[in-house]
Amino acid sequence: MTIGLAHYLSVAAILFALGIFGIFLNRKNVIIILMSVELMLLAVNINLVAFSTHLNDLVGQVFTLFVLTVAAGEAAIGLAILVVYFRNRGTIAVEDINMMKG
Amino acid sequence: MTFASLAPVYPELWLAVAAMALLLLGVFRGEGSTRLVSWLGVAALVVTLVLVRAQPAESQSAFGGMFLADGFARFAKLLILIGSGFAIVQSLGYIKYNRMDRFEYPVLILLASVGMMMMVSANDLMSLYLGLELQSLSLYVLAAFKRDSERATEAGLKYFVLGALSSGMLLYGSSLIYGFTGSTGFVQIAEAVKASGSHASIGLIVGIVFLSAGLAFKVSAVPFHMWVPDVYEGAPTPVTAFFAVAPKIAAVALFCRAMLSPFGDIAADWQQIIIVISALSMLLGAFAAIAQNNIKRLMAYSSIGHVGYALVGLAAGTEEGVRGILIYLAIYLAMNVGTFACILSMRHRDSLVEGVSDLAGLAKTHPFMAFLLAGFMFSLAGVPPLAGFFGKFYIFMAAINAKLYALAVLGMLSSVVSAYYYLRIVKIMYFDEADEPLSKPLRTELGAVMGITGLFTLLFFVYPAPLLAAAQAAAKTLFP
Repeated sequence: MTIGLAHYLSVAAILFALGIFGIFLNRKNVIIILMSVELMLLAVNINLVAFSTHLNDLVGQVFTLFVLTVAAGEAAIGLAILVVYFRNRGTIAVEDINMMKG
Repeated sequence: MTFASLAPVYPELWLAVAAMALLLLGVFRGEGSTRLVSWLGVAALVVTLVLVRAQPAESQSAFGGMFLADGFARFAKLLILIGSGFAIVQSLGYIKYNRMDRFEYPVLILLASVGMMMMVSANDLMSLYLGLELQSLSLYVLAAFKRDSERATEAGLKYFVLGALSSGMLLYGSSLIYGFTGSTGFVQIAEAVKASGSHASIGLIVGIVFLSAGLAFKVSAVPFHMWVPDVYEGAPTPVTAFFAVAPKIAAVALFCRAMLSPFGDIAADWQQIIIVISALSMLLGAFAAIAQNNIKRLMAYSSIGHVGYALVGLAAGTEEGVRGILIYLAIYLAMNVGTFACILSMRHRDSLVEGVSDLAGLAKTHPFMAFLLAGFMFSLAGVPPLAGFFGKFYIFMAAINAKLYALAVLGMLSSVVSAYYYLRIVKIMYFDEADEPLSKPLRTELGAVMGITGLFTLLFFVYPAPLLAAAQAAAKTLFP
């Protein structure tokens, strides 16, 4: 069996779905949400690189590099906000993030 | 690449360099330089405005076609710059009295403005993503800018998580669109879509759905609206005032371009999505705001409703619809900036109050502010002859001409329902007695902002021609 485009796309789709479920089903810890976000972005990267090879076109790989760079910045800002939040509340459990409702 | 080929990007380059220079200035002058940096930031925005105005009328592109400075982008950029400038001026007093006067605040607003200008000029999925992230990352930090407040940091955290999720969806959609059309440029995508005939491949459709879901998050349309009320309530009030205006305008403009420019030929495939989210947004905006007692939360639901009205124009998918959206956004800018200037003036002794009931008796203590706030409320509700009526009028006319009768009727009904909670505020100001009315004098800059936006809202009907002509010319460039 040769590994084709469809296999890569399936792996990426599964990873992406795992990322989304990780955000919505997780009730414990915000760090897990950050990891899920990274997982989603990496799934996108697999997609882009697979398409790039399939189409014989470099644009997809350039896009991947941009995504990686921005993901690093995003993680930094996310962790910074999380630290500030922890200083105020002393917890980062997802179920405690409930000051505003309605 | 020569320096002259960067001419279309001069306004963005200038603003980015100015933001970094102001950051340096702030670092060298230390704490206490917030006021100076803020006013210099406003000056930088004004210079950018002049640079945008000075560009030639025809469309120009840069970075190999990834960046497009056309009439549509220029119109949206002017609105964004005006919104950001007002946001900085409005926050001067607040950030001083709430111990958040750090010079990074105006710098972050400037960087977010650069991102928004990139967004509306994006002509490629890559530049779309980079502009969007530059804007979003600045906004996450702004939402949590009051570091010692539990509410503000919670708002920042929620905004970050849902914003990152929406970026992920948008990117996944982009990757599928790239894979199934073979390119990321909007022009090339449009060619590929046209070549494949009237039936798009299923992969491309899935890509468009993910892309529009990501964009719907950014414009805060139902069903992706759940972050809006919490973030608007929790974030510091001047930050909310900024969120409600400039980023929303940029996101709606980006939504229009990202749908119409590459996928204009298969409009029938995505129109139904826009119709559904716009109808749901209008209804939710009308009904959910009724029960709110916090005025920031109320304005959050109101802004969801207004995005719904704007999307009616996109659902029409015509030049007239886009013209309606641009007029609507300009009027929305004036109404919302003015309303938030009033909200920022609601002070008891030293602290800000946010309850709708705190407005009671305002007509006696602040007749000027009460009159203008009543004007904004009537305008938001869409009562003629105020500006808000004309915004809705052009949108609904476009919908009717595009044969979207049901959507237009639904829009009118929901604007009648929403009139209830807007007019309730007017009633509370003029007829209710207060135990302790708001009696602090108005800050000069807030009064000036209120006056300018109030004048526009009240007297728009006298001379609407310039705005209509500008919006017409801008909408035309989106339909070559």
